[in-house]
Amino acid sequence: MGRELDAMKIIVCVKQVPDAKDVRLDPKTNTLAREGVQSIMNPYDQHAVEEAVRLKELLGGEVTVLSMGPPQAEEVLRQAISCGVDHAVLVSDRAFAGADTWATSYTLAKAVNVIGPFDLLLCGKQAIDGDTAQVGPGLAMRLQIPYVTCVQKVRQATDSGLILERMMDDGYDVLAVDFPALLTVVKDINEPRIPSLKGKMRAKKVEIRRLSAADIGADPACIGLPGSPTQVVKVFPPEARCKRAVFTGSLDEQIVQLVDSLQSYL
Amino acid sequence: MDYFLSEEQEMIVETARQITDERIIPHRAELDEKDEFPRVILNEMAQADLFGIPIPEEFGGFGGGCLDIVLALEQLGRGCIGVGTAFAASSLGIYPILIAGSQEMREKYLPAVAAGKKFAGFGLTEANAGSDASGIQTTAVLDGDEWVLNGTKQWITNGGEAQIYSVVAITDRSRGARGASMLVVEEGDPGFRCGPKEKKMGIRASSTTELIFKDCRIPKDRLIGRKGTGFITVMKTLDSSRPGIAALGLGLAQGALDEAASYAKQRVQFGKPIMAFQAVQHMLADMAIQLEAARALVYGAARHIDAHPDNMSKVSSMCKVFATDMAMKVATDAVQVMGGYGYMREYPVEKMMRDAKILQIYEGTNQIQRNVVGQELNKEYARS
Repeated sequence: MGRELDAMKIIVCVKQVPDAKDVRLDPKTNTLAREGVQSIMNPYDQHAVEEAVRLKELLGGEVTVLSMGPPQAEEVLRQAISCGVDHAVLVSDRAFAGADTWATSYTLAKAVNVIGPFDLLLCGKQAIDGDTAQVGPGLAMRLQIPYVTCVQKVRQATDSGLILERMMDDGYDVLAVDFPALLTVVKDINEPRIPSLKGKMRAKKVEIRRLSAADIGADPACIGLPGSPTQVVKVFPPEARCKRAVFTGSLDEQIVQLVDSLQSYL
Repeated sequence: MDYFLSEEQEMIVETARQITDERIIPHRAELDEKDEFPRVILNEMAQADLFGIPIPEEFGGFGGGCLDIVLALEQLGRGCIGVGTAFAASSLGIYPILIAGSQEMREKYLPAVAAGKKFAGFGLTEANAGSDASGIQTTAVLDGDEWVLNGTKQWITNGGEAQIYSVVAITDRSRGARGASMLVVEEGDPGFRCGPKEKKMGIRASSTTELIFKDCRIPKDRLIGRKGTGFITVMKTLDSSRPGIAALGLGLAQGALDEAASYAKQRVQFGKPIMAFQAVQHMLADMAIQLEAARALVYGAARHIDAHPDNMSKVSSMCKVFATDMAMKVATDAVQVMGGYGYMREYPVEKMMRDAKILQIYEGTNQIQRNVVGQELNKEYARS
């Protein structure tokens, strides 16, 4: 993971997810009803792509976007290209199906090693379908590099590292990190640009590099369902817990009842 | 209706639509209320390459034609024709350079405009020269290696915001229409300043000012084309740009129809959504019919112009008149469908109705457009 001078290399990991605006649970099977639901780039990842492109514009170098997913995940890779990313890599293989965050981070780490040396890896904070926020940190641990989660601002960028703000519940931390490093970003970090016409033209024509499980030298026991120690046993909507109370009497009496009722919850 | 757009044209529509929905519509009421120039939105449009649409690829543009710019402006117009006007006026400002400028001049100005680093404006109108361009008083006199400009241009879109202005000035009064020339004036040229921003009925996001020249000295090579060809360049410029104004009308009308129809579905009177009443349905139907007819004419005119015919004045004027008169009517009817709510500033059709009016006035009033069509008919029928 050496660093060539004057050629900053950034890799952004993105995931194709169902558009949250359309998602419903099938009441019978308790699984996500995916039929007819639009797929989009995970919204946090859009901010990661934007930040990568901004850093490239600032420091020079090139950006590669990486995704693990089925062939149609090419769509989100092309979208990233239209926003200014240079190269796209899709890690796709039936053997990856059913991967949890452990197997996914293994697979992505293997793919990153095939892509080659890099200075910075960017991920969205979490995906809006699984909501685990584990793949970014997991990937950093696999690659043995430092990571910072929930980055809300890149304060300063130099050839050797970054000064960052990490979002906390009660404010933010200011951290310095040297390259190579991995960041996961929150939505506050930037406003993603609208894909440009020239970007869209390029996205249409660009060749997307495909990598299979064999191409990345993955151990079959570590990928997909066999490589996943966690499994989703059941998905169900939480029981609705709305209690209704109707207060009667004069307005003053109703207010007393309301205050009493509210106090019983304190 | 399917207009059989190319894949590139679909891309232009999609890009302009995204800018409109995500960046313009959420801010249009505030820009209107505050008379605020949409600098941030224009920068985003530049980043998305929209400013490059009419500029040839060799100068960093998209190399698009009239229909391409029409499609972009239609989308922008659906959001706000104030923002659309600022965008369109920048194209208008560079058309003279595109049409008649030297290679050096094109190389100097077009890449910066294509990249959105510089905006342009177009200076023709004066206090006593509107529909009658022969009343122009601004003069440019050659003094050694410099032109010296004197006079005042009025109601110039992008005034004070643009860095490049194409300006019409009289270089030889004795030669009448052949005595006018076009020149490029840059922000910061000595003796050039812009007046205060005008207060307008609509399109308040756009900036409108005077351009004031007092012994303004500019280099000799700022002359666009040959001396005395100013009016020809103006006419060619306006022939190319008028479908863009028509497109703003299409967009505005589409936006007004969308608002009125969705309101009519929700508004309940006499126990039914007002969409169920034939009186309302017929108004909406007429709006939709007129809009689609205008769209077919504008797209057709734009395609005709893209085929580079010898004379495009007639179709250019026809589509400008028809689409902008339609936009005024549809916006007015949208307010009517929405009743009292439509008249209130909380709803966007009030602004659309105020904005629509300018479409019938600028880039040649609709009366002047009818003159153009009439004169062309006169010529055509003289031949037969």
